[in-house]
Amino acid sequence: MTLKHLRAVIAWGGLATLIMIPIAVAANSEYLQYRGPIYIAAGFAGIVALAVLLVQPLLAAGLLPRLPIQLGRVVHRWSGLVLLLAIAAHVVGLWITSPPDMIDALTFRAPTLFSVFGVVGMWALLAAALLAAIRKKRWLRPQVWRFSHVFAASAIVAASVSHAMLIEGTMGALSKAALCAAVLCALIWTVWQVKPWRGVRRRQNSRR
Amino acid sequence: MSHSRLGRRTLMLAGAASLLTAKSGLTVPARAQGLQPTTSMRGGANNYRPGAPIVDRIGGGGFLMHGTVRRAGDGAPLEGVRIQIWAHTTEGRERDARSHGATLTNADGVFELEMPQIVPAFGQPHGHLAYDSGAFETVFLRPVMDSARDASLAAHFVLQPA
Repeated sequence: MTLKHLRAVIAWGGLATLIMIPIAVAANSEYLQYRGPIYIAAGFAGIVALAVLLVQPLLAAGLLPRLPIQLGRVVHRWSGLVLLLAIAAHVVGLWITSPPDMIDALTFRAPTLFSVFGVVGMWALLAAALLAAIRKKRWLRPQVWRFSHVFAASAIVAASVSHAMLIEGTMGALSKAALCAAVLCALIWTVWQVKPWRGVRRRQNSRR
Repeated sequence: MSHSRLGRRTLMLAGAASLLTAKSGLTVPARAQGLQPTTSMRGGANNYRPGAPIVDRIGGGGFLMHGTVRRAGDGAPLEGVRIQIWAHTTEGRERDARSHGATLTNADGVFELEMPQIVPAFGQPHGHLAYDSGAFETVFLRPVMDSARDASLAAHFVLQPA
């Protein structure tokens, strides 16, 4: 096995572990027995969304070993759709479970800070998805589009990690913290690699 | 238009000073205000079911919800006041009728009601309590447990005559 192979195995294995362990811990949570199926599904939809956030920037920037960026971008679009559906399931499931709590959250009247982070993250996700939907229309210069999309993505990650860390739920504290730290690191590393602020402002002397 | 002789900085300083004085309690009120009434907490009324029956305990018990009820102003303990209690527990969701019950305060204004263990729901281990009987202003509380392992939770009411 060459060094390249080893690197790929460690990277993909690490990602899979970071994602699978929190899901496994949540699946064994004692709280599940006190919850209905819709509440349980809504909770897991949230965990899946957090897991997607880990790979999403890495896919877009082609930073995963042995995955060409072209293919990564295709996967990024589909996993982005999965992310949207997961958050929709999360919100709808929690709404069905306890309508007043979800209405309080969506109207920013909830007593819990994590509700605010969750709803801010949801709106940031919608903004990022909307940008993705209009990318081919070329209404924005590529550099501006990329900066906006990365900006929205950063808001999603910051809000989602805060949301998850403040919640006392089915995820284990340690595995949740590890996944959240990884999500944050993946975003920061990606932003550092792609430097989305480049070319956002038009150069003063360029002739167009 | 003439300029006020009070500069912005003076106003800011005066405002900050008055805020500090008010916060530190250095102001002397015109009359002793006494005990202030409890205000409802955000989300306190969520999943409320008016008219929960007075019960010896909710479900199998094992967890203690307790507290006091006093009158605003003089702080006198209130006897026979009906407090309604509900939560997401090991035996049912917040919305379920069987998760709701009520109890009355004793002569010392103290209430206690056994209920099943509260478990975290919607991200926090919390309970709900309501005073909603008419003689005083309605109050909804939503206390949060320090730890999901706690076996009791306290909440205190100071009621304002309606």
